[in-house]
Amino acid sequence: MSYIVLRHRDIPDLNKLDVYQKNGGFAAFQNAVTKMKPNEVTDVVKNSGLRGRGGAGFPTGMKWSFIDNKNWPHYVVANADESEPGTFKDREIMEGNPFQFLEGLALASYAVSANVAYVYLRGEFWQLANSLDRQIAEMEKAGILGDKLFGGDYSLRIYTHLGAGAYICGEETALLESLEGKRGQPRVRPPFPPAVGLFGKPTIINNVETFANIPMILANGADWYKAIGTADSAGVKVFSLSGRVRKPGNYELPFGTTFRELIYTHGGGVQDSRAVKAIMPAGASSSLIVVNDEKVLDTPMDYATVRTLGGDLGSASVIILDDSVSMDWLVNKTVHFFRHESCGKCTPCREGTYWMSNIIERIHHGQGTTGDVDLLLNVAKQIQGKCLCALGEFSTMAVVTGIERFPQDFKNAVSPAPLPPLYVKKNEGMEKV
Amino acid sequence: MTNQVTLTIDGKQVTVPAGIGVVDAAKMVGIDIPVFCHHPKLEPVGMCRMCLVEIGRPMRDRATGQIVMENGAPKIQFLPKLETACTNKVEEGMVVLSQSAKAKDGQRGTVEFLLTSHPLDCPVCDKGGECPLQNLTMAHGPGKSRFLFDEKLRLGKRVPLGDLIVLDQERCIQCARCIRFQDEIAGDSVLGFDDRSRSTRIITFSDPGFDSVFSGNTSDICPVGALTTRDFRFEARPWELESAASICTQCPVGCNITLNTRREARASGDFVVKRVMPRQNEEVNEIWICDKGRFAHHYTDSKKRLTQPLVRSSKVEKSVHTSWDAATQLAADKFLAAKENFVILASGRLANEDLFNLKSLADRAGGQAYLYSRMGGGEFTTQVGVGAGTNFANMGAGTTIIVAASDLYQEAPIWYLRVKQAADRGATLIVLNARETKLDRYASFVVRYAYGDEVKSVNDLAKSEKIGEAFTKAENAAILFGSDGLGLDGTSNLAAACAKLLQDTGHVGKPNNGLIGVWERANDQGAWEMGFQVAEDLAEILRGKSVYMVGADPVGDDPALATALEGAAFVAVQDVMETATTEIADVVLPAQAFTEREGTLTSGERRVQRFYSAVPPTGESEADFAITARLASHMDIKLEGKSVSAAFENLAEAVKSFEGLSYAKISEVKPQWPIVGRGDMYYGGTTYENTMGLGAHLTAAAQGGETVRIPQVQTETAPRPKANELLAVPVNKLYDRGTTVMMSANLLRERIGSPSVVLHPESAKNLGVEGGQLVNISFDGVSGDVAVKLDDTISVGVVLVPREMGLAIHEPVPAQVRSLVKVE
Repeated sequence: MSYIVLRHRDIPDLNKLDVYQKNGGFAAFQNAVTKMKPNEVTDVVKNSGLRGRGGAGFPTGMKWSFIDNKNWPHYVVANADESEPGTFKDREIMEGNPFQFLEGLALASYAVSANVAYVYLRGEFWQLANSLDRQIAEMEKAGILGDKLFGGDYSLRIYTHLGAGAYICGEETALLESLEGKRGQPRVRPPFPPAVGLFGKPTIINNVETFANIPMILANGADWYKAIGTADSAGVKVFSLSGRVRKPGNYELPFGTTFRELIYTHGGGVQDSRAVKAIMPAGASSSLIVVNDEKVLDTPMDYATVRTLGGDLGSASVIILDDSVSMDWLVNKTVHFFRHESCGKCTPCREGTYWMSNIIERIHHGQGTTGDVDLLLNVAKQIQGKCLCALGEFSTMAVVTGIERFPQDFKNAVSPAPLPPLYVKKNEGMEKV
Repeated sequence: MTNQVTLTIDGKQVTVPAGIGVVDAAKMVGIDIPVFCHHPKLEPVGMCRMCLVEIGRPMRDRATGQIVMENGAPKIQFLPKLETACTNKVEEGMVVLSQSAKAKDGQRGTVEFLLTSHPLDCPVCDKGGECPLQNLTMAHGPGKSRFLFDEKLRLGKRVPLGDLIVLDQERCIQCARCIRFQDEIAGDSVLGFDDRSRSTRIITFSDPGFDSVFSGNTSDICPVGALTTRDFRFEARPWELESAASICTQCPVGCNITLNTRREARASGDFVVKRVMPRQNEEVNEIWICDKGRFAHHYTDSKKRLTQPLVRSSKVEKSVHTSWDAATQLAADKFLAAKENFVILASGRLANEDLFNLKSLADRAGGQAYLYSRMGGGEFTTQVGVGAGTNFANMGAGTTIIVAASDLYQEAPIWYLRVKQAADRGATLIVLNARETKLDRYASFVVRYAYGDEVKSVNDLAKSEKIGEAFTKAENAAILFGSDGLGLDGTSNLAAACAKLLQDTGHVGKPNNGLIGVWERANDQGAWEMGFQVAEDLAEILRGKSVYMVGADPVGDDPALATALEGAAFVAVQDVMETATTEIADVVLPAQAFTEREGTLTSGERRVQRFYSAVPPTGESEADFAITARLASHMDIKLEGKSVSAAFENLAEAVKSFEGLSYAKISEVKPQWPIVGRGDMYYGGTTYENTMGLGAHLTAAAQGGETVRIPQVQTETAPRPKANELLAVPVNKLYDRGTTVMMSANLLRERIGSPSVVLHPESAKNLGVEGGQLVNISFDGVSGDVAVKLDDTISVGVVLVPREMGLAIHEPVPAQVRSLVKVE
């Protein structure tokens, strides 16, 4: 089967406008603008079963249909903040197949009658922003972007915007704040962006990969796309495979592909031929899926089925952990990441990630007690369900599933008997930990 | 009538206005949901997660949209997660559980999280005793911490955000109340967060730091001891403080304040004022005060206070202590002898009762009584002044407000806030000024005129299509006029033009309509009401007279007046502090400060408000009304000198606009929203609840149906400077070198600054000077060397001269300006 999103792997120089156009590029956009009503575009996307590729898996067409048509103007924003540790698919798409992504963004803009769209890139993607700027200029020159396109009334401009290097700006409302020139901190939801988004106006935000699917859906039809993948999760997904595998990288595969196929057929198997101990299907935010049974590896990867394993597929940045990994090491890594990236806006995340990082640091360095493990689990649960956005929640995923699903790793890390409390001042009345 | 919503909070069925948050709804019915970041005056943000509650909503059938019923009642569906009660608006049929085990567990968790990084230095914290974090920890927190003490972050304990506010980074819980107050209420966005995660900290990005005249309010709403004022830091524990209700005397707004006092060794065990706090009056100052009101109170216990009656036998000798009887007898004899040459000069800092006694004395002794003010137009504010029931809080869409020739931010900061907020609510704001002011940002229309054309520009307003319509067709319209760039004549003419505009368009005699004078002093309006007039040529009037000077310092203010007073027959000065005028006085009568006595003041909005004594009198000083009565008794004129409320009764009987008012009436209170006070500090901040009186409005003559005769006025008032001259224009500065401010100069030095004038860069270039360099400026017998500040928003050809900053300027006047830069 040929590639749908990573088409540049089939077609050399697809990141050149003429090559992209020769291969059917922008035909779908021109066709939509000249022959379709905006809501017909939305309907095609809705019928295709496409779900958002940013992690939440929300049906894309349905999101578009939520746009508030009583409030104008509308905006469309591409979330190119790709910051989840273990995720590197958007970068390849924008490098190799940028026009397909931009065409998808243009189609989405047309579908919701937005005349301005933004590409919000993480700060480290400044080279990508430069090349996208060039490509956008080429499109304007070619009459694919600009005023009164294809002889009609529809006008569209696309702008890139660089973030300043904060994980939180991948959260859609923090992204909007940052795009508005403010401090990147999430907003209270509801209202959701399709009602109140950028500059207070209705806004559609989708992931780069989501947009990259759309031209092909418009070109080949909703039914064609729906036939790929599973009933729950239509189409293809770019899996970012990393961890203890021989061939880490991006793999575009239909939803429903098993973990086994991804790891062994495509990823070349586990390094040193060790056994898979756990899988993090959605980067650092993942719950740890226990691979104590070979059957787990035969689980098809789609949103619903992965959930039965006690995890979420999310952005499908699959990190493979083998039996050389102790989970206290892993949790130490993820917690430190979230402590560093917490935006500081809400209390449980700001204080909780700091606290958790102190505890796991103790445990991982052999200075912890069994009481510390209980405390860590308790603090993580105290964070859960209390935060303003999902970041705080994500910070607890590996902690809770790590401790609950791999208790032995933590038992091994701490001394069996409580150590004298190293860190506690022996104040009168203060309880020893 | 707003829509009402009925919901259940903790089993209690409540009906509240639609659109409000759950926390506020609960508060309305007496249920306290704990909060840190939420403040009823600010937009909810849901940051601190303290108000976590369970919220259930009536379940709707997905297909039909109908509410699903269960056992005859709507089926309530709860979300799996706790929700913040501050950000969720009330909904019909909502069920809120703030006391459930799950909700309490969430709240307990938030307190525990907040305390992990908190230093718990309550024993040395200024907030201890009135600290929301302390109180909510006791109510909702865990008794013990599971966080290791040694892992607490060590951060800056003394980080000055500006010269008035100090930040303790360890105590800060990042609730952003201060940032949001500055952004949403004050409109001075000078604070923000820096960095992220646990390194998040408050910073200021203005230069100078925390550049806002409202900064003190942030320490009131700070829910921890993170923001302290330089004035009160380490000064006292809150529980040692007594409190007395008072009214701020720094400007005509009449902010309600509470004076916190404590016995101090330095006062031989007597009470002294430790801090000034806002006292809630939603119709006047809400729960805010400006920094001048908060910090410039130190003159009341300064070493320069007059403590005993003084008398001087000849001009060359020093004054010596005498008895009250001797001093007042001497003055009375002189005044009796002077007959019609007896002149009273009273300032607007005096209470209504003082002014009434003075006016009565002048009337009955056959003398003249003048108000010492550089602003005219009071005869119009007494007649078409804002009607009883006026409240800026009720001004919004449908109301038009004109601010004419006033830099409200500098002259009356709280009115600036109130006008800004009215504009935020949709009121049409028209700013008329010769120069740019801060309020322009919120104006729908900005009208610029050349100095001298202010009357013309008011007259032309109605002719302008858009602006005219915005004013004439407005449901309500009010005009605030001030003295920015204007002297006595200018303000009188401007007031007349404004009064005419209001009367012609029917915007008089009803609430939220009419004229407001942005006076120099707190009680100028009261003096106008009692019939005081402003002298056109004061120097001429003083020459050769026997003068009873009360609360005024003409010698210090104006060399011309100093000369005039040299030729006076006799001068008795009654004041709070030593001034240049007391130096030349024949008799000096020491008066009590407003902190030491009772009385009433009439605000610019014509609201009569009562202040109470907070500390014992200094030395032998007496209240102004009592001194006047004592003096009058020696002239066989009987005035009330003992009971201040009886004096007020006399006033209410004699002066029509005060009719029907009494101490009882102005001491009335009613419930106010938001609820504030000692038990509700977690919610509204440390602002004091108003239990001592909200005051009452005077009735304007126009409210009785009187039509005001308004004389034709000149349309051009400013002199035109010659080619080699600039037009010197007086402007007002909040922190000037006035006596009351200078006594708090330790605190306010940076804000007061050194004497300077403001030039357009082009004018400066023509003169060959740069910003910061010295020039000599001379006009009208005044000359001085001052530094130049540059401002490209003012006109070329004018030089702005701040009042009370070393150069006696009263009105626009042609001036010679020359560079003092030495040419190499």
